[in-house]
Amino acid sequence: MQEDDKILGYQPGNTFIHRLNATTKLIFLLLVSIACMVTYDTRFLVVICVFSLICLKLAGIKWRQISFIVKFIIVFAIINLIAVFIFQPTYGQELYGSKNVLISAGYFTVTKEELFYLLNLVLKYICSVPLVLLFLLTTNPSQFASSLNKIGVSYKISYAVSLALRYIPTIQTDYWAISAAQQARGNELSKKASLGKRIKGTLNIVIPLIFSSIERIDIISTAMQLRRFGSKKKRSWYVYKPFTTKDYFVTAMAIFLVIIVVILWHINAGRFFNPFK
Amino acid sequence: MKEKGLSVKSVVAIGIGAAIYVILARFTSIPTGIPNTNIEIVYPFLALIATIYGPVVGFSVGFIGHALNDFLMYGQTWWSWVLATAILGLIIGLYGMRLDLEHGEFTGKQMVMFNLVQILGNILSWLVIAPLGDILIYSEPANKVFLQGASATIMNSIVIAILGTILLKAYAATKVKKGSLHKD
Amino acid sequence: MEPIIQFKNFSFQYDSQAEPTLRNINFSINPGEKILLAGPSGSGKSTIGRCLNGLIPNVDHGDIQGACLVDGKDITETSLFDLSFTTSTILQDSDSQFIGMTVGEDIAFSLENDCQDREKMHKTVNKWANELELTALLKQTPQTLSGGQKQLVALAGVLVDESPILLFDEPLANLDPAAGYKTIELIDKIQKEVNATVIIIEHRIEEVLAKHVDRIILVNDGEIIADQEPNDLLHTDKLEKVGVRSPLYVKALEKAGINLLEVPDLTSVKELPKSSTIKEKLEIWKSKQTEPDELDHKKALLKLENVGHQYNKHQQNPLHGVNLTVNQGDFISIVGQNGAGKTTLCRTICGFISNEGKISLNNQNLADLSIKERAEHIGYVMQDPNQMISQKMIFDEVALGLRLRNVDEDTIKEKVYQTLKICGLYPFRNWPISALSFGQKKRVTIAAILALEPEIIILDEPTAGQDWKTYTEIMDFLRELNERGTTIMIVTHDMHLMLEYSKRSLAFAKGELIADTTPIDLLTDKNLVAKASLRRTSLYDLAVHYDLDNPNDFVKAYIDSEEQVVK
Repeated sequence: MQEDDKILGYQPGNTFIHRLNATTKLIFLLLVSIACMVTYDTRFLVVICVFSLICLKLAGIKWRQISFIVKFIIVFAIINLIAVFIFQPTYGQELYGSKNVLISAGYFTVTKEELFYLLNLVLKYICSVPLVLLFLLTTNPSQFASSLNKIGVSYKISYAVSLALRYIPTIQTDYWAISAAQQARGNELSKKASLGKRIKGTLNIVIPLIFSSIERIDIISTAMQLRRFGSKKKRSWYVYKPFTTKDYFVTAMAIFLVIIVVILWHINAGRFFNPFK
Repeated sequence: MKEKGLSVKSVVAIGIGAAIYVILARFTSIPTGIPNTNIEIVYPFLALIATIYGPVVGFSVGFIGHALNDFLMYGQTWWSWVLATAILGLIIGLYGMRLDLEHGEFTGKQMVMFNLVQILGNILSWLVIAPLGDILIYSEPANKVFLQGASATIMNSIVIAILGTILLKAYAATKVKKGSLHKD
Repeated sequence: MEPIIQFKNFSFQYDSQAEPTLRNINFSINPGEKILLAGPSGSGKSTIGRCLNGLIPNVDHGDIQGACLVDGKDITETSLFDLSFTTSTILQDSDSQFIGMTVGEDIAFSLENDCQDREKMHKTVNKWANELELTALLKQTPQTLSGGQKQLVALAGVLVDESPILLFDEPLANLDPAAGYKTIELIDKIQKEVNATVIIIEHRIEEVLAKHVDRIILVNDGEIIADQEPNDLLHTDKLEKVGVRSPLYVKALEKAGINLLEVPDLTSVKELPKSSTIKEKLEIWKSKQTEPDELDHKKALLKLENVGHQYNKHQQNPLHGVNLTVNQGDFISIVGQNGAGKTTLCRTICGFISNEGKISLNNQNLADLSIKERAEHIGYVMQDPNQMISQKMIFDEVALGLRLRNVDEDTIKEKVYQTLKICGLYPFRNWPISALSFGQKKRVTIAAILALEPEIIILDEPTAGQDWKTYTEIMDFLRELNERGTTIMIVTHDMHLMLEYSKRSLAFAKGELIADTTPIDLLTDKNLVAKASLRRTSLYDLAVHYDLDNPNDFVKAYIDSEEQVVK
C-alpha cells in the first residue's frame, strides 16, 4: 500500500562520483542542465547524452533503482512528442527555414525538418534526466542545503529546503496514518467510488493533515529561535566538506561545457544547429 | 523580535509548506476521467499557506515544493511551470496580506475577492508565464503550450474556487474563540 | 549568594487572553539548584518556563507587570538571542525539536547558527555525543530513533552551549517508563558535571523524585501555591488539591491510616523508617481489602493466529507470530518499548496494513472485510485528536461515519445524540470543535468511533502528555464504556494507567508478544519488566521495604481499593 520504494533517494556508495563534493555536483548539474536547455545543437546534445549515461554506469547505479522513473519519462516524452507534432507539424520547417517532405499527408505532412526537431527534443530529455538521477542518487541530502548556500542561495532559503527534506518522511507517515483512519470511518478513495465521493474523502484526509502540520510550524520555529537560528548574517555547516583537486577539475569541466555552448551559439548564429542549409 | 530578512517562522513555513506540498502532490491528485486532467489539491493548499504566511512564503513554497516534487518523482523538472506555481503563490499571498484568517475572519465579500484574485493569478501563471517559458526555454510550438496553459487555468481556478475556499473557511473556523458559546 | 532567577511581583497576560496567566508571583532560584516546577495543565507552569528562555516577551506578546530577572538580565530588555546563552531549553516535543537531518547536524545546530568553524564544531559535537552515548548514532535520521534517543539528541543539542540554566519542559511526556527513569538519572548526572541550575517542568512528581530535587514550586491558576522542599510538600495535601498526583507509596501509607507527620522522610521508599508500627498498619490494611467480584466467564471475541507484519526488508525485529484471544468485555493494555510492535499490531488488526497470519472476529475471518467494514466492528482512535478531526462542528464529526454509510438523517440524529449523551458531550452538540479542550476533543474522536457501535475500540496512547485531571476524565470515561460492554484495548506507556484501569496486559519486545497476563503479574516479574522497558511500581517497593509477605498481593489490594473508590 505504501509506495515507499518509488521515491528517488540517496544511495550510499564509494565511487568517484559519490566522493565528489555536493557543491561540485550541484554546480555541474546546474551549468550543464542550463547548457542543454539553451542549445539545440544536436552534436553537443549527443555528446552530453553519452557522457551522462557513462557517468550513471560509473556511479554503479543499477537499472532497478531507476527503472520506474525511466519508464515514466519515456511515456511522458512520447506523449509530449506526439502533442508537439499534432499541434504544429510545420514547426520544424519554420525553425529551419526549409521543407523536405518525407510523407505527404495534408495537415500531418511529415518533413525531415520536423523529425530532426523532434529528435532534438528527445535528446534534450535524455540529457537532463541522467544528470539529475545521478545527483539525487549519489548526493547525501544533508549536504544539499550547504551546497545551495555555497553557490549563493541565502542560508535561510537553503535551510528551508533542508527542513522540507527532513519533514517529508514525517508528513508522509502522518498522511498514511490519517488516511487509514479516515478510510475506516468510511471515506472512499478507491477508483470505484464516484468523483464527488473521492473528492470529499480526500478532503477529509487533507484537512487534518494540513491543519496539524501547520500547528507544527509554530513549535519548530520556536525550537529554532531558542537555538539562535537567524541571529547572524551567515551560518556555518556541520556537514560541509572543503573542495579537493577533483572538485576543481569537475567544476572547470562544467564551465568549459558552457563555453562550448556559447561558441556553438556563435557558429550556428543562434540556438539551432541547422543541417538543412 | 527585530530580524533582518526572512523571519524564522517564514523559513519554517516554507520548509514545512514545501514538505506538505510534495506529499499532497504525490498522493492526493484525483483523476477526473478526462486524460491528463487531474484535480490537484496542492493548489488549494498553496492558496491557504500563501494567505496565512504572505507572498514570500507563497512564492517559495510554490517554487521549492513544485521543483522538489518533480525531481523526486520524475528526475527532472519544467522550470517554466515551477515559476508559474511560484507566481500563483506570490499573487495569492499578496492578497492574503489583506485577510485576517488568524482571527477567524473570512467574510462573503472577502471570499469573492479571494476568488477574483486567484483567477487572475491562475491566468497570469498558466496562460502567460508557463507557456511563454515553454516557448523561450524549450522552444515548443505556441499553440500547444497555450492550449495546455488554458486547460490548467480553468482546472486550477475551479479547484481553488471550490476546495481552496472550503480550506480557507475551515482554517478560519479553527481560529474561532470561545466567546459567546453556551451549553444547551 | 545572588539568585540566578528572580520573579518579583510578576504578572503576565497573553494578548490573546482575557485573564492574566500569571498573577503576582514571587520566587527566586539560586545557582546550582534543581527545581521541579509542578502544576496541572493550564496552571501557568509552562508560561513561567517561557519567561525563563525569553519566548515571553520576544515571541509571545502580552502585558508584563513586575520584574523577571534571569542571570541578572531583565527579560523585557533582553533579546531571545542573548538569553539563549543563559537558558537552554529542552522542549516537550522532541520530534519537533529535532531539526537537523541527522543526529550530528542536530547537535551542531546552534553552533552552526553561531557560525563556528567546522573543526571546533565537530570537536564539541563529538565530546557531547560521547558523553551521552550517541556516537554510534551520529549519522542516523530522526525516523530511525526512539523517543528516548531523540530526547538525548535534544539534550546534547543544548549542552553544546554550556549555558548556566537547563530548562526541561515535560521531559517524561513521550517516554516509556524505563526511558523516563533514565532521563531523570541523566539530568542528575549532567547537572553534577556541568554545575548548571536545572528546572524541570513536570506534573509527574513521583517519576521526577526518583532523584534528588532541591525544591518543588507548585503552581496553580497562575499563582505559586507552594515553594518548599519535596519532603515538606509531600507532608501536606497541596499536591492533590490542585490536581497533581502525589507518589503512589505516599497514598498507600495514607490509606493504611499512617500519620504522615510521623514519617520524617517521604521523598523515596528507601528513606522510609523501618518501623514495625508502619509494617503492622500496612498488613492490617491489606488484610481488610476484599477481593473484587470474580470475573464472569468470558466469551472469545477476537482471535489472532500467527499475526505479523514487516514494513520493509530492512526492518529489524518486525512484528511476528502473535497468537492471542481477546474476550468480550476485556480491558487490555498493550505495553513495551517504542518500536516493539504495539502500534503495528493495532494497525494490523484494523486492516490498515497487511497481515501475515489470520485474524477472526466471532469466527469470521477479517481478511474478507474491507477497512471500512472492519471499522464497524473494531474502532481505532489515533493518539492526536487533531489528526482525526475533519469537520467543523461536533455533531458533524460524530455523524461522519454514519453519513458515509448512507444511514438516513433521522436515524443519524438519534444515534449521534445517544452517543453524545454517553460521552457527556450532549450540551456541546452545536459547538465548533475548535472551542474544546484537549480532553473534550479526545472524547469527540472516541464518540465518532463509538457512533458506529463497534465491539472493540483500540486507542493509541489516549493520555500521553495529559495532566492528572484530563487523564482521569478520559480514563474514567473509557472504564464506563467498558462496563457497558465495549471491549477496550489501549497502547500506553503509563504504568499507573495499566495498573489502575486495565485488567489484562500484553507486553511486546522486539516484535514479539512476550507476556499476556494481568498488569500486576507483569509489573512484578523482573525479567519481563526489563525486557519490555517498564518500571516496577513504588507500591511493590514499599511492600518489599516493609517485608510484607507477598508484595504482589499488596499491590493488588491497593489497585482494588482505588477501583472501589471510583465506584
